[in-house]
Amino acid sequence: MKVEAPPRLELVGVSKSFPGVRANDAINLKVRSGEIHALLGENGAGKSTLVKMIYGILAPDEGQILFDGALARISNPRAARRLGIGMVFQHFSLFEAMTVLENIALGLDARLSQRELLAEFHRVLDAYHLKLDPRRIVSTLSVGERQRIEIVRALLLDPRLLIMDEPTSVLTPQEVEQLFETLRRLSAGGCSILYISHKLHEIVALCDTATILRGGKVVGTADPRRETSRSMAEMMIGANLKEITKPAERIFGPPKLETQNLSLPKPTEFGVSLKDVTLCVRAGEIFGVAGVAGNGQNELLSALSGETLAPGAEAVILSGEPVGRLRVTERRNLGLCAVPEERHGHAAVSEFSLTDNASLTGRDRMAFVSFGLIDPGKATTYASEVIGAFTVKATGPGALAGSLSGGNLQKFIMGREIMQHPEALVVCQPTWGVDAGAASAIHQAIVDLSARGSAVLVVSQDLDELLTLCDTIAVINLGRLSKTMKVGEASIEEIGLLMGGVHGDPSATIELTEQLHAHPV
Amino acid sequence: MTLEFLIDALVTVIGVTTPILLAATGELVVEKSGVLNLGVEGMMLIGAVTGFAVTLTCGDSLGDFAPWFGVIAAGVAGAASSMLFAVLVLTLGSNQVATGLALAIFGIGLSSLVGASYVGMVIAPFNQAFPAWLAEDPIGRVAFGHSPLVYFALIMVIAAGWFLNRTRAGLILRAVGENDISAHSIGYPVLAIRYAAIAFGGAMAGIGGSYFSMVITPMWAEQMTAGRGWIALALVVFSSWRPGRLLVGAYFFGILMTLELYAKASGFSCLPSQFWAAMPYIMAVAVLAVMSARDVAGSEAPACLGRPFMPNS
Repeated sequence: MKVEAPPRLELVGVSKSFPGVRANDAINLKVRSGEIHALLGENGAGKSTLVKMIYGILAPDEGQILFDGALARISNPRAARRLGIGMVFQHFSLFEAMTVLENIALGLDARLSQRELLAEFHRVLDAYHLKLDPRRIVSTLSVGERQRIEIVRALLLDPRLLIMDEPTSVLTPQEVEQLFETLRRLSAGGCSILYISHKLHEIVALCDTATILRGGKVVGTADPRRETSRSMAEMMIGANLKEITKPAERIFGPPKLETQNLSLPKPTEFGVSLKDVTLCVRAGEIFGVAGVAGNGQNELLSALSGETLAPGAEAVILSGEPVGRLRVTERRNLGLCAVPEERHGHAAVSEFSLTDNASLTGRDRMAFVSFGLIDPGKATTYASEVIGAFTVKATGPGALAGSLSGGNLQKFIMGREIMQHPEALVVCQPTWGVDAGAASAIHQAIVDLSARGSAVLVVSQDLDELLTLCDTIAVINLGRLSKTMKVGEASIEEIGLLMGGVHGDPSATIELTEQLHAHPV
Repeated sequence: MTLEFLIDALVTVIGVTTPILLAATGELVVEKSGVLNLGVEGMMLIGAVTGFAVTLTCGDSLGDFAPWFGVIAAGVAGAASSMLFAVLVLTLGSNQVATGLALAIFGIGLSSLVGASYVGMVIAPFNQAFPAWLAEDPIGRVAFGHSPLVYFALIMVIAAGWFLNRTRAGLILRAVGENDISAHSIGYPVLAIRYAAIAFGGAMAGIGGSYFSMVITPMWAEQMTAGRGWIALALVVFSSWRPGRLLVGAYFFGILMTLELYAKASGFSCLPSQFWAAMPYIMAVAVLAVMSARDVAGSEAPACLGRPFMPNS
C-alpha cells in the first residue's frame, strides 16, 4: 500500500453561523502540499468566512482544521502565522500613511532590527524577482505595488500555505501575469496556495484543483484543466448562465456625448489632473474607459456628470449643445445621467429609503415635483417600477438603501437612471462587488439602453467586462486618454501596456513621488 | 532690571505651559491610536482636586513625600475617569464626541462636588525639584528653579516622540489609529491598545490638572483649569500630531497666555486686558483655520480618528 503524506491543510465538517445566516455548512476541503487550489464561488458563497477561519480571524462553530495531519487550534492570526499560514487580503490590510517597510514590519511577529528587516526584505525581492522601494509611503503606490507589499509580507514568513483572497481584481493583465509567475515559483518550492477568485479563466490558467462553494456548502470539486469556464460558472451559480445578447450589427447614430480637449487641475493633493481628454460617444454606442484605479477615472466622471465644471462650455458637449459650464441637475435635465463608483454616499444615501433615493435624481426628469413639492405617490410608484423592472430584491420602495446587498442596490441605482431614458449615461464600475447573476442583468440593461439609441460610457477596471460589453474602448493613464480603439481590433497586450499606469512607467513613478515630496508637511 | 524681567517672564511662561503640555502629550498618544477624547478638561479637574486632596490629607504623616503621592493619585484618578470613557466608546461603541463632552462636564461637576470641602485650604507648593542654592543666580533659576512636573512634562513629550516613532509598540499604536480593520486582521488587539492609550491620556491629563492645584496656586478652586483642557485639544491638532511641534506649540500658547498676565499686572494700557486674555483662543482659531485651509491638518490626522471599531461585525 502506498503511504501518502498528509495533506497540508484539511478541513473536516467546518461550520460557521452568523445571526440569520449559515455562512459555512460542514465544509470539507483538502489542500496538498505544493498545490494551487482554487476556492470558487459567488459573492456571499462563504469563501471569505472560510479563509478567515483558516487564518484565525474568526473561530469556527464546529469542525476541525488539520495542518500537516495534526489538529490545529488557530485562535488568532498570530497562531496562523506560527504554523506557516500567510494571507493576502482582498481589501489590503495596509496602512496608507506609513512606509512600505513599516507596513512589512507590522506584518511580522519577529522583532528584527531595521537592518535585518531590510536584508530580509531584499532577499525575498530577489528570490521572487519583485520590485518595491521600502521607503515609499503606501498612499503614493499603485494598487499592484500595494499588493506586492502584502505578498512580500506573507513571503517573509516562508509560508507553507498562502491564502490569496481575490488577488487580481484590481491588476492590469501584465501585473496578473507577474503575480502568477510568483505563485508558480512558490508552489514549485512546496508552498500550497489557496486561491480565491470568481474569475474562471484565471483558475483554468493557474490552479490544479478547484473547490466550488455555493450558499455556504461545497457543491463540487473539479479539475480546472478538464472543465470549461462555462461548466464551472454554472456550478458556481447553480443555474444556467445567461449570456448577454447583443445585436450582431451595431449601427451608431450621430455623436451624443463629446469632450474636446478637456483639461482640469487635480482636485486634491492625491487626485489626478485631466489632460486634453477628447472622446466621442455616438448614439447607440457603448464606449469603455479602461485603466488602473486612480488614473483619473473619478475625475473624468465628475467632469462629465457636472460635479466639476469644465473650464469652458465647449469642453463637454451633449447632443451638440455645449454643457461644460452647466451643473449636475441642469445636465441631468438635458439628458446626461451618471452613476458614480461608490454606491453608499455618492450614488445613493444608505439611510434613505429607495423612494427617496429615486427622488434624488429622478425628480425633474420623471416630473415628481409640482409647485415645489415632491409628490410622494409618484416617487413611490417610480421606485416600485424600478424594483419590478430590474428584479431588485428588497422589501419594497420603503426599504433603506443600506439594507440592500451590493448587487441589488447597484441594480436599483442603474434602473433608476436607465428608466429616466437618458440621452447619455456615464457609469463607473457598474458591477464592482456584484455577483455574477446581477452583473449579467446590469450588462444586459446597458446593452438594451444603447439599443434604444442612448450613448453609454462605461468606466471600469475590469478589462473582461469592457471587452464583452463595449463597442469601442480607450485607456486612461495618469489623466490622459489614449486613442479610441474598436473592441475586437485592439489586442489585450496593447490595452495592458496602455494601462501600465504609474508602476509600469518608471519615470512616471519618480515624477509622482517627487510631486508628493515637494509638499512636505 | 531688564534681565530680571525677562527671567521672570520666562519662568512664568514655563509654568503656564507645563499643564497644557502634559495634557496635550497624553491626548496626542490617544489620538494617534484613533480615539478622540474631548474630556481632557474634565480629567484635568479630577486630577487637580485629587492631587490637592491627597497632598493635604497625607501632609501630616508623609511630610515632604506627600506631594509625590498627590501627583501619583492625580494620575490614577485621571486614568480612572478616562476608563469610564473607554468602556463607553470602546466596549459599547458609543459616539466619541458626545461621550468625550459628557466626560468633560462630568469632570467639572464631580471635581466641584468633591472639592467643596477643600475650598479655602492651602498646601505647600510643589515647586522645588532641585536644592535651592542651584536656583539662586538667574541662569540657575531658569534651568533648575521649577517644579518636578516641569521636567516631567519635557521628558514625557520627548519620550512620547521616541515611543511613537522609534519603537515597535509605537508603530503598532500608530497602525491601530491609521487602519483599525487592517490591524485587527493582522492580529493586533485593537481595543486593548486603545484602552491603554486612553488610560495614558487620562493619567497625563490628571497630572496636568494637579499642576494647577499644587504648583501654580496651591489651593483648590472650582474650575481652576479655566479651559486649558480645550487649549490642549487644539494644540494636538495645531501640532499635526507630532510631538516636536507639540512642544513648540505649547510654548507659543504659553507665551500668549503670559502676555495676558503681564498686561493685567502692568496696566499696559494700549489695549484692554480682555484682548490679551482672548489672544490664545483667537490664535488657536486662526492657526486652525489657516492649517485646514492648506489641508494639512486633515491629511495628517490619524485616519481612524473618532471612528468606532467593532470587531466581528
